[in-house]
Amino acid sequence: MAAVPKIIVVGGGLAGLSSVIKIAEAGGKVDLFSIVPVKRSHSVCAQGGINAAKNLKGEGDDVFKHFDDTIYGGDFLANQTPVKNMTAQGPAIIDLLDRMGVPFNRTPEGLLDFRRFGGTLYHRTAFAGATTGQQLLYALDEQVRRFESEGKVQKYEGWEFLSAVLDEAGVCRGICAMDLRTMEVKTFHADAIIICTGGNGAIFGKSTNSVVCTGSAASALYQQGAYYSNGEFIQVHPTAIPGEDKLRLMSESARGEGGRVWVPRKKGDPRPAKTIPEADRFYFLEEWYPKYGNLVPRDIATRAIHRIVYQEDLGIDGQPMVYLDVSHIDRETLEKKIEGILEIYEKFVGEDPHEVPMKIFPGVHYTMGGLWVDFNQMTNIPGVFAAGESDYSIHGANRLGANSLLSCIYGGFVAGPQAMLYAKNLPAQKGDGGAAKEEVRQREFNNILLQNEGTENPFKLWRELGDTMTRHATIIRYNAGLREADEKIVDLLARYRNINLSDKSAWANTSFAFARQLYNMLQLARVIVQGAEKRDESRGAHYKPDFTERNDEKFLKTTMGSYDPIADAPVITYEEVDTQWITPRPRRYDASA
Amino acid sequence: MAETKVTPKSIKVEVKRQATPETAAFVEKFEFPYRSGMNITSLLGEIAMAPVTTEGKQTTAVTYDSNCLEEICGSCAMLINGKARMACSALVDKLMAETKDGVISLAPLSKFPVVRDLAVDRSVLFENLKKVQAWVPIDGSYDLGPGPRQFPQIQEERYPLSNCISCTICMEVCPQFNEATGFVGAATIAQAKLFNMDPAGAVLKEERLRALAGDGGIQECGFAQNCVQACPKQLPLTEAISDMGRDVFVQQVKDFFAR
Repeated sequence: MAAVPKIIVVGGGLAGLSSVIKIAEAGGKVDLFSIVPVKRSHSVCAQGGINAAKNLKGEGDDVFKHFDDTIYGGDFLANQTPVKNMTAQGPAIIDLLDRMGVPFNRTPEGLLDFRRFGGTLYHRTAFAGATTGQQLLYALDEQVRRFESEGKVQKYEGWEFLSAVLDEAGVCRGICAMDLRTMEVKTFHADAIIICTGGNGAIFGKSTNSVVCTGSAASALYQQGAYYSNGEFIQVHPTAIPGEDKLRLMSESARGEGGRVWVPRKKGDPRPAKTIPEADRFYFLEEWYPKYGNLVPRDIATRAIHRIVYQEDLGIDGQPMVYLDVSHIDRETLEKKIEGILEIYEKFVGEDPHEVPMKIFPGVHYTMGGLWVDFNQMTNIPGVFAAGESDYSIHGANRLGANSLLSCIYGGFVAGPQAMLYAKNLPAQKGDGGAAKEEVRQREFNNILLQNEGTENPFKLWRELGDTMTRHATIIRYNAGLREADEKIVDLLARYRNINLSDKSAWANTSFAFARQLYNMLQLARVIVQGAEKRDESRGAHYKPDFTERNDEKFLKTTMGSYDPIADAPVITYEEVDTQWITPRPRRYDASA
Repeated sequence: MAETKVTPKSIKVEVKRQATPETAAFVEKFEFPYRSGMNITSLLGEIAMAPVTTEGKQTTAVTYDSNCLEEICGSCAMLINGKARMACSALVDKLMAETKDGVISLAPLSKFPVVRDLAVDRSVLFENLKKVQAWVPIDGSYDLGPGPRQFPQIQEERYPLSNCISCTICMEVCPQFNEATGFVGAATIAQAKLFNMDPAGAVLKEERLRALAGDGGIQECGFAQNCVQACPKQLPLTEAISDMGRDVFVQQVKDFFAR
């Protein structure tokens, strides 16, 4: 048993930094591994805000209403106890961030301001302009830098997690990681590790995610025996700006501040948007969902937009695009509340959203599924914890906007102390705990990859993966299409063995790092499509026209994906869901106002 | 600039490359069929898919830092057509129009050690942030209830400073940022102001001001104003430097008489 517990945290976004802070404060030793300098983590991209039921708007909001909105928004798939705990801690978490210096928007009385977000009727989203993820990430980054300057945290930036070191009993004793500059493979001892590596949008090719969001670390653990749960639940955000290299997020806060989604009533209406009079505009979310209007949950909005474009054939100029209009909102409000996202639109599209409606379309955005964890954030591998977007625990079948930032910090704040507690009770390892063996295994994979004399380019294989996943495994799913996707992925895995890296150097070799991630993406993609295929119902973000109803009897269960190394394929089983606090009820947002 | 309605046939780019920190730099040229709406990061993605130079030489994908692709993570700062900017928001169409011959040039930032190709080591900024204690020294992360009330005007002045993405473009373009002066650069000074303005962060105000006095500190600023012009997030850098300059001076006077 270690005198001072040593914990490794993988991933330096909100969840990872939250874990680090708790461990450092508790006197543990912590190493933080991150592919990029931690303040460049994907959390920085989050825009709209963070939820907590502080009830500062005189609405009678409370943590139970937040809990119910979250469970309902997730279509009852999430285990309820962790969600209840998260919403209960929401107010304290926001207060802490305020004390850390996050420049949240304020009311004239000097209190935190709150906006309304999707899937709720209450103003419970605290925000810093429309770049809230940036300010939250920086606040935690600053706290960790303070600990670093005091010698309590060691950062390994520019390193990538390859695998966990597991001893003969299958207990985690550290990690194996690669220095992305020297390409050196090394093992690091730890009493427990916390995986905070985010989502897997890169599997879909284009998404709102950052380059590092490959799900590679989670996939590596899945291949080592960790359960990957609810992989088929992928959030497609309704409002993204289409782009060459990325779908750039246009935050829900645009709608929170009064933005309206519409298309011209007349198909192919040639008039410039500004000149189309109100009567000729179809505000379809407001008409179809009078109570929640433009702030229906994301899966509802995404399917509505999909229907408008592909069934009603009303996309702008016949293109897969609809209008998101903030031009009717006064300049001062726009500047104070959402200037950051309007600047993104102007910079990348070249049109001024203060003047003309924005053109948007849904895009892959968030991974509700992830590594299975118990209520203490530990996976089924002893000593491996997970938190944030990389775990499956909070958002069920669909995530509410502004709950992600909260879930990341909550998860990290649980995982840190739990990892310390676990480490204090851990029997000492025998020998090197399996480190040498794991290092050899990883080096062998690397050598094979580097020396392979094939013809396939990993970036091209990745394009093909993205195409098939986007086509078959996003908004609308058919079993035949999902089977086709799985066959395609198996084919890509075969072609992977014929890979040839244009770059065989042993210094800052980004092609090589990418090729390793690609292998893991391919393995994880199969969990997503197979889980989707087997779930014959529609629930939250998972929609099948052939099975449009929710089937609680058969599928109010967590999908458990596990890796069969003999068959080199996923095995899908199911686990019961904790519904002890709120009885499942039908999920409808189309009630009249 | 003459308006041309002719769609270009191809996109030409030349990249200043370097295999390791110790080896010599060299230039490679690439050409791709034209597509509208590209940015530099998608162009570098094209090179990765088909890494062949215009001379037909098989080469490697270009190494560069990037993550968010939307100008918020601060990774992809580089010299594009000689100007320091973010690669993700540098639109190819505009860049081609800027040049005489339509060839876009890419090079790494010049004031930081090259790691490989367009990736450089900017860790000096993070070290500088430690020097000015760019954080709020909270007692602990346990629940102590809400922070103090704060006028919206304070938030409105702090928020723009909190938009700094640590891209180091301000340092790249600053004539005073070089090895001779050891100047911390505009970003660090702006962060010091951000924390001095926070009700709880202000407890370290004097220490931050002392950290900015003396060699490498605020006195190195020569008022070139390159920083505020080049900052991709339009931080009010010169205003921050001016405010902090005054505060540093006042603190030095106080210290002179008090200590």
